[in-house]
Amino acid sequence: MTGPLPLKAIADSVRSGARTSVDVATEYLDRIERGAALGAFLAVDRARTLAEAAAVDARVARGEALPLAGVPVAVKDNIHAVGFTTTCASRMLEGFRPPFDATVVEKLRAAGAVVLGKTNLDEFAMGSSTENSAYVACRNPWATDRIPGGSSGGSAAAVAANLAPAALGSDTGGSIRQPAALTGTVGLKPTYGRVSRFGLVAFGSSLDQVGPMTRRVEDAAMLHDVLSGHDPKDATTSARPHAPTAPHVGDGVRGLRIGLPDEYFGDAVDSEIRASVESAGRALEAAGAVLKRVSLPHTPHAIPTYYIVATSEASSNLARYDGVHYGRRHPEAVDIASLFTGSRSAYLGKEVKRRILLGTWCLSSGFYDAFYDRALRIRSLLKADFDAAFRDVDLVLCPTTPTPAWRLGEKISDPVQMYVADILTGACNLAGIPGLVVPCGTTGQKDTRLPIGAQLLGPAWSESLLLRAGAVIEAACWDPSFVPSFGSAS
Amino acid sequence: MSTTLERWEPVIGLEVHVQLGTATKMFCGCRNLFGAPPNALTCPVCLGLPGALPVPNRRAAELAIRFGLAVGGTIAEVTRFDRKQYFYPDLPKGYQISQDKGPIVTGGTVTTSFFGDGKTIRLIRAHLEEDAGKGQHEESGGSTLVDLNRCGIPLLEIVSAPDLRSAEDAWAYLNELRLTLRTLDISECDMEKGSLRCDVNVSIRPRGTTPFGDRVELKNLNSFRGVERAIRHEIERQAALLEAGGKVELETRLWDDEKGESRLMRKKESAPDYRYFPDPDLPPFAVGRAWVDRVAAEAPELPLKRLERYTSVYGLSDYDAKVLITDPSICRYFEETTALCNDPKNAANWITSELFGLMKGGVSIDDVKVRPTHIAELVALVKDGTLNVRSAREVLAKQYEDPRPAKEWVEKLGLVQVSDRDALVAIVKKGMEMNPKAVADLKAGKEKAAGAIVGYAMKETKGRGNPAILNEILAELLKTF
Ligand SMILES: [Zn+2]
Repeated sequence: MTGPLPLKAIADSVRSGARTSVDVATEYLDRIERGAALGAFLAVDRARTLAEAAAVDARVARGEALPLAGVPVAVKDNIHAVGFTTTCASRMLEGFRPPFDATVVEKLRAAGAVVLGKTNLDEFAMGSSTENSAYVACRNPWATDRIPGGSSGGSAAAVAANLAPAALGSDTGGSIRQPAALTGTVGLKPTYGRVSRFGLVAFGSSLDQVGPMTRRVEDAAMLHDVLSGHDPKDATTSARPHAPTAPHVGDGVRGLRIGLPDEYFGDAVDSEIRASVESAGRALEAAGAVLKRVSLPHTPHAIPTYYIVATSEASSNLARYDGVHYGRRHPEAVDIASLFTGSRSAYLGKEVKRRILLGTWCLSSGFYDAFYDRALRIRSLLKADFDAAFRDVDLVLCPTTPTPAWRLGEKISDPVQMYVADILTGACNLAGIPGLVVPCGTTGQKDTRLPIGAQLLGPAWSESLLLRAGAVIEAACWDPSFVPSFGSAS
Repeated sequence: MSTTLERWEPVIGLEVHVQLGTATKMFCGCRNLFGAPPNALTCPVCLGLPGALPVPNRRAAELAIRFGLAVGGTIAEVTRFDRKQYFYPDLPKGYQISQDKGPIVTGGTVTTSFFGDGKTIRLIRAHLEEDAGKGQHEESGGSTLVDLNRCGIPLLEIVSAPDLRSAEDAWAYLNELRLTLRTLDISECDMEKGSLRCDVNVSIRPRGTTPFGDRVELKNLNSFRGVERAIRHEIERQAALLEAGGKVELETRLWDDEKGESRLMRKKESAPDYRYFPDPDLPPFAVGRAWVDRVAAEAPELPLKRLERYTSVYGLSDYDAKVLITDPSICRYFEETTALCNDPKNAANWITSELFGLMKGGVSIDDVKVRPTHIAELVALVKDGTLNVRSAREVLAKQYEDPRPAKEWVEKLGLVQVSDRDALVAIVKKGMEMNPKAVADLKAGKEKAAGAIVGYAMKETKGRGNPAILNEILAELLKTF
């Protein structure tokens, strides 16, 4: 056994009849059971998943051409999949059963994928460690006393521990890329408007994108090709046709100009991480790319800008959880005001409430111009930074996180420390550009090896280039078949 | 003019919400209908379920553009949606999608040509938004039920400048606005069904001064007459306050039409902060010249244009033309009739004097069994001499109850006009013999005297004599009599 198979190999084996979709699903459901202590999943339904798998086998038998035949995919629990609850890891949506599939899930299912279960996250995707889950903390398979990152921590942990061959995440300020970096997995945040948000529970609507989290770059490309495209149900998706990326993953980087932004290699970033990403740069150079230093001067403003935009939108998006129409309703409410405040006070978590208050304040009369409006203006400056850089280079290579995975509880009482974890990822969402994280090495510290992720950023619609460069780094710096033995904490 | 109005000048502005007559809702595919069972017309989008997203209805934007063009407003080159945020049980998302900074229409005017004295009222803006649901409070049980069928129906909010100076002005403006909206098929504007709603801002100032006084907003107005009454009441209330040395507070008041008085809803300081911001789910969209041109090309004729056509091309009197135009369904009925009989004057006459005479108690012309085909047939039958006017009237009265074709009624009632010359000559001769005085008067040039003889002939023919032929025969016989 050479370790976990690429998605294409799984689909090939099911299509050829070597294995059934039910066999594959069973294998992963068993692994999920053995890895339950990781807290990666919030909902698993063996019977439901096996029934889905059996339906795929029947479609294969009928001769349907299914690019993802029998590929099990774990879905972050803020994305609707009919048959499973969508809780967003919140008490507010405990037991909520969505009446429709998210467009991304509909596309996966149409392509022959099987939903393996719903993965853990920070409540409503608000957090960087998955500790804000109202149900269970999630652990990093590389060191189970450490966080897997967030908010797509469950998806990242599931893929890293090979409880799922692939997963969906959502990324508002780094929620795919940061956990991918901290768990040694591949994560793609597509260009804003490339992938439908219909059926993704909104956090920061102008920032949110759904993307793949996988073991391998080629797997990410394969899923990205299935997920992408215009959706008439999401007015923010682009009508621009999607050009498949998977056929070009191996095209290499010869002649590509790759920028290293000064602002992302500062002292705030661990030296080991800087060194590891620089070595990924040398791998690209060795493959024929040209490295250049570039500057993204407004980067220091990315974090405050991101938190103003994201919390403002969140304060509005989460107004619907009022106990009236669905979700939990406070039992002691005596009138409409106490129904609203009672339900929201009781069933929304601390971090969610903190962000709603912050966002409400930023949009309030008298503060709007100084905060929200100013944030929008800085947002366009950040975008202009990237536009300028991409006149000189094709892509940018930088670290994803300032530190490797930290210990559970280490930052949970200090929200600002936690917010700083997004320092290298937020600008990408504000600019609407795509970002890919590929593991490029590990820390060599004493007792613990922890993964490091290289982040590639490109102009809008450049996913194909990102994936090509990612594949070069992967080939030179990483063994995607390695699965950490997550049995005990280090 | 009341003594109050001698001292005080009212300054009034109206905010009118109309539901747009689209097939589907503003941001989802649910049908836009009135009167369906509660919550039958809902989907994840208009229920505000997590994960659902709005997609704008282009038709609603087109109707808004049509309105903007009709009132001479400016159509935004780029329009956008904002979220207006407040908590209310009938608002499932916790915000209403509206337009704050980028309304689709700005400016424009409405002139009270049909209902008022021709005054021109400026508009500030007209913007698109979605309607909220409807709460039903059960007073006894204390529970509240919510019907979300209305939630997401497209609305156009039309905001006038404070150009109105009396309750009558407001009434005329509302009627004029409704006429435009109905004629252009933009909205049904039925206040009873809630497809037109109106809030009023009223302030007063001493006559001869220019600064505005503090204004009061009136809500819960359920009819145009109610709007008039509420404004009159508010003017008196404010004048009394000021004349007693008091002060008008900036506030919102609810009108109670039954009691004929208003009560405080909220003071200005407790007005909600709506925290408007651009809706990130709906990118701003460009309204291109080509689109506006297409909307303009397919728009129905405006009331004033129509008035000009009816009077100059159709030769209708100003009065008749206005009677037809002020009710778009009557106007449609008239147009259909005219298209069939090609005789607008007679069509108008038969509709406004004969048919209206039969319609009693607020019957709508759309519910009348007599259709334009019936009227057109009667006009033709009179024209070709088959029926005289009197018989045609009788047929119409029968058709009003039982709309079988005129020819069937003519046969059944034996109403075919007698045009047989020989038979009529004998009758007229007899009439002349019986009315020597009338004959003498006629010879002396008193033409009115013919009535007695023709009247006799009509009686003899049971009203079926052809009056034109009778008059002709009488003229001939007079020469030799
Ligand atoms: Zn709907």
